[in-house]
Amino acid sequence: MKRRQQRMLFIGVVCAGMIASAAFLFKALNENLLYYYSPTQVAAGEAPVDRQFRLGGLVAEGSLQQATGAVQINFLVTDNVHSIPVEHYKIPPDLFQEGKGVVVHGTMNADGLFVADNLVAKHDENYMSPEVAESLAEAEARAGN
Amino acid sequence: MIPEIGQFALVLAVCLSICQAVFPLAGAATGRNDWMMLARSAATGQFVFVAIAYVVLTYAFLNDDFSVLFVANHSNSQLPVAYKFAAVWGGHEGSLLLWSLMLALWTLAVAHGSRSQPLEFSSRVLGVLGIVSAGVLLFTLLTSNPFDRLLPGAIDGADLNPLLQDPAMVAHPPMLYVGYVGLAVPFAFAVAALLTGKLDKNWARWTRPWTIGAWIFLTGGIALGSWWAYYELGWGGWWFWDPVENASFMPWLMATALIHSLAVTERRGIFKSWTVLLAIAAFSLSLLGTFLVRSGVLISVHAFASDPTRGLFILMLLLVISGGALVLYAFRAGNLESEGGFKLVSRESFLLANNILLVVATIAVLFGTLYPLFLDAMGLGQISVGPPYFNMIFLLPMLPLALLLGLGMHSAWQKMVPGALFSRLRWIGIATLVVAIAYPLVSFGSTSVLTIIGLAAGIWVTLSSLIEPISRWFNSRAVRLTRAQWGMFIAHLGVGMFIVGATVTSAFNIESEEAVRSGERWEVAGYEIEFRGLSQVEGPNFMADEGEFELRRDGEFVATLRPQQRQYLVQTNPMTEAAIDDRWYRHIFVALGDPLGDGAWSVRVQYKPMISFIWWGCIVMALGGLLAATDQRYREPVKQRKERKSPGNAAVAQGST
Repeated sequence: MKRRQQRMLFIGVVCAGMIASAAFLFKALNENLLYYYSPTQVAAGEAPVDRQFRLGGLVAEGSLQQATGAVQINFLVTDNVHSIPVEHYKIPPDLFQEGKGVVVHGTMNADGLFVADNLVAKHDENYMSPEVAESLAEAEARAGN
Repeated sequence: MIPEIGQFALVLAVCLSICQAVFPLAGAATGRNDWMMLARSAATGQFVFVAIAYVVLTYAFLNDDFSVLFVANHSNSQLPVAYKFAAVWGGHEGSLLLWSLMLALWTLAVAHGSRSQPLEFSSRVLGVLGIVSAGVLLFTLLTSNPFDRLLPGAIDGADLNPLLQDPAMVAHPPMLYVGYVGLAVPFAFAVAALLTGKLDKNWARWTRPWTIGAWIFLTGGIALGSWWAYYELGWGGWWFWDPVENASFMPWLMATALIHSLAVTERRGIFKSWTVLLAIAAFSLSLLGTFLVRSGVLISVHAFASDPTRGLFILMLLLVISGGALVLYAFRAGNLESEGGFKLVSRESFLLANNILLVVATIAVLFGTLYPLFLDAMGLGQISVGPPYFNMIFLLPMLPLALLLGLGMHSAWQKMVPGALFSRLRWIGIATLVVAIAYPLVSFGSTSVLTIIGLAAGIWVTLSSLIEPISRWFNSRAVRLTRAQWGMFIAHLGVGMFIVGATVTSAFNIESEEAVRSGERWEVAGYEIEFRGLSQVEGPNFMADEGEFELRRDGEFVATLRPQQRQYLVQTNPMTEAAIDDRWYRHIFVALGDPLGDGAWSVRVQYKPMISFIWWGCIVMALGGLLAATDQRYREPVKQRKERKSPGNAAVAQGST
C-alpha cells in the first residue's frame, strides 16, 4: 500500500471506531437515565409505570410513619398540591425529615404506591435541591390558575 | 480592622498577579530582559500577599470574629479549634482563597525551581501562571469576597456543617486542591512551549516531575475523599459516580495519560503535540471541575448554595484560559516535529494505547456528567445518569488497559520482539489465570465471569509489576533499577492492588439491615453480632446515642464496635458515625439507624472483603509517583543545552518567535 492509502485506511478505521463507540455510549446512557417527576406530574399520570424514575418534593408534615420493630417507613411526598405515598425498606439518610426536601428513586406499583430503593435528602438543613424548589414553584403556579 | 488588612492584601495580590502576567510575557515577546526578570519577584510578592490574606482569614476564624460574614456563616464559638482552622475551606469563599493560595505556592515553587531554564521560557511559564492567578483572584475579590463584613456582628456563628466536622476535613480539601491546581503547572509549561515554538526532550524533563507531583496529591486527595465518604456518609460505598467525584476524577485520568505521554516525549522526542494537548485538557478539566462544583449547577454534598453570576464568571475564565490555549495550539502545534519513529510492538505503542484508552474513559465519564446538565439547560427535562452507565463505560476501556499495562512495562523502546515478550510473561499469565479462578472459589465459595475477569486484570497487573524488581533482587549481577523505574513498578503495583480490592469488594460484599433490640444476636457473613445496649455520650459540641455491638466469629471474640447517632447542638442535624472493625483482608462496618419504637433500633451491618486494598492501592500508587518524581535526573540542574544538529530540532527552532 502507498502511504496515502495507508493514511486513508487509518483515518477510516479511527472514524468507524469513534462512530461505534459513540453509538454504544448513547445506548448505555439511554438505558441508565433516570427521569425526574414532581408529584403533580405523577398524579396526572405522566410518570412511567414499569420503569425506575425519581420523584422529588417535600416530606409531608405528619405523614412519616415508622413501622414498629421493622426497617420500613411510609411517608407522603408532596409539592403542596398533590401527594404521592412512598414506601421504603432501608434506613433513611440522616437529614431525612418531615417538612424537608427529598428525592426518592424507585418504581410506581399498580396500586399507586411508590416503592423507593434510594432516598436522597440534602446535606444541609437550609439547602433545597433546585429540582424540588422548581417543582414546588411550578405546582404553586398551576394551583393558582 | 484586621479583616480589612486581608482585603487589602488580596487587592495587592491581584495587582501583582497582573504584573506577573503582563510583563514577563510582553518581555519575552519583545526580548526585554528587565521585564522578564520581573516574573520571579512578582510571583514571590503575589504569594506573600495571598498568604497574608489567608492567615488573616484563619485568624478571624480562630478568634471567632463573627462580624465577618463568612466566619459567621461557617463557624461557631463552640467549634473545636482544629475545625475552626479547617472551616476556612468549609464554604465557597474561603475554599477559593485556598485555591489561590495553592496556586501561589505552586507558582513560587516553579519560580525558584526553574532557575536552570532559559529566561525566555521560564518567564513565559510564570506569565501564564500569572494569568490564571489573576483570573481566580479577581473572581474571589469580585464575586466571593471572604472578608465581607456583617454589621452589626453576629453574637455567635451558624456553625460548620456537621457533615464536615471530621478529621478528614482537615486533609482532604487542601490535598485535592494542591493536586487540582498543580495541573496549572504542566499547562503553563505547555503554553510556554507553544509560545516559544520549541519543545524538546529537556522540556519534557522539566515538565514531568511537576506533573507527577500534582498527580500524587490528586491521587491522595481523591482517595481520602473516597475513604471519607465510605465511613462518614454511613452508606459503606466508596465511589458513587457523583458528578463532583467525576469532576476530580477526570483531571486525574488526564494527568495519568499526560504522565505516560511525557515519558515518551522525554525518552524519544515524539508525541509532542499530543502531550501538549493533554496538558491543556488536564488543566481545563480541573477548571471545569471547579466550575461544576462551585457554580451550584450540581446537586451534591459539595455544592454550596450560591448565585449564578459566580458560575458565569468561572465559565468565562474557563473560556479565556482553555480557549486561548487551544487557539494557540491550533496555530502552533504544526511546528512540533517528531524526532523518531517506532514499531508496532514497542513500548511507545503500548503507551499510545494507554493514552487512547484513558482519553476514551475520560470522554465517556465527561459525557455522562454533562449530559444531564445539557438537557436541563435546554429545558428538555431533568434526568440523572445512573451508576450502571459509568460502571460499564469505565470498565470497558480499563480492562484492555490492564492487559496492555503488563505488556508495556516489559517492552523495550522502539522495537520489541513479540516472542521475547511472550516468553517473559507467559508464566505470569498462567499464574494469573489460576489465581483468578481459584481464589474466589476457595475464599468465598462462588464466582462469576465478571469476577474472574476483574481479578485476572488486578492480579496480572500486580504480578507483572513485581516480577522485574524481584528477579533483579535475586540476580546480583543485574543492573540496578533507577529510582524512576522503581517508581513505575510500585505505582503499577498500586493499580493492581486497587483493581483486586475493587473487584472483590464489589463481588462479595454482604449488606444487612435489621431491626434489633438490646441483647439480640444475629449473623452476617459468618460473624455473630450482639447488640449490647445503648448509652448517652457527650462530645464537645454534640450529644450522641452510642450503641455497643460485640463481634464474634466461631464463638471467639473479635471486636467491640461503638457506632453513634449524633445530634449537634447548633445545626441540629442528626449524624451517623459508623464504627468499623478494620483488618487488611476485610472490614465489618456497623452503623446505627433510627429507633423503631418498642425498644428496637435499625442497624446496618456490612461485610466488605478486601476493601482496604482500594485505599492502600492508591497510597502505593502515590508512593510510586513520589519515587518517580524524585529521580536523580530531575534533581541535577539541566546543563545548558547546546543546539543539536538533528534536523527535527532545527525545524522546531525555526518556528520560534
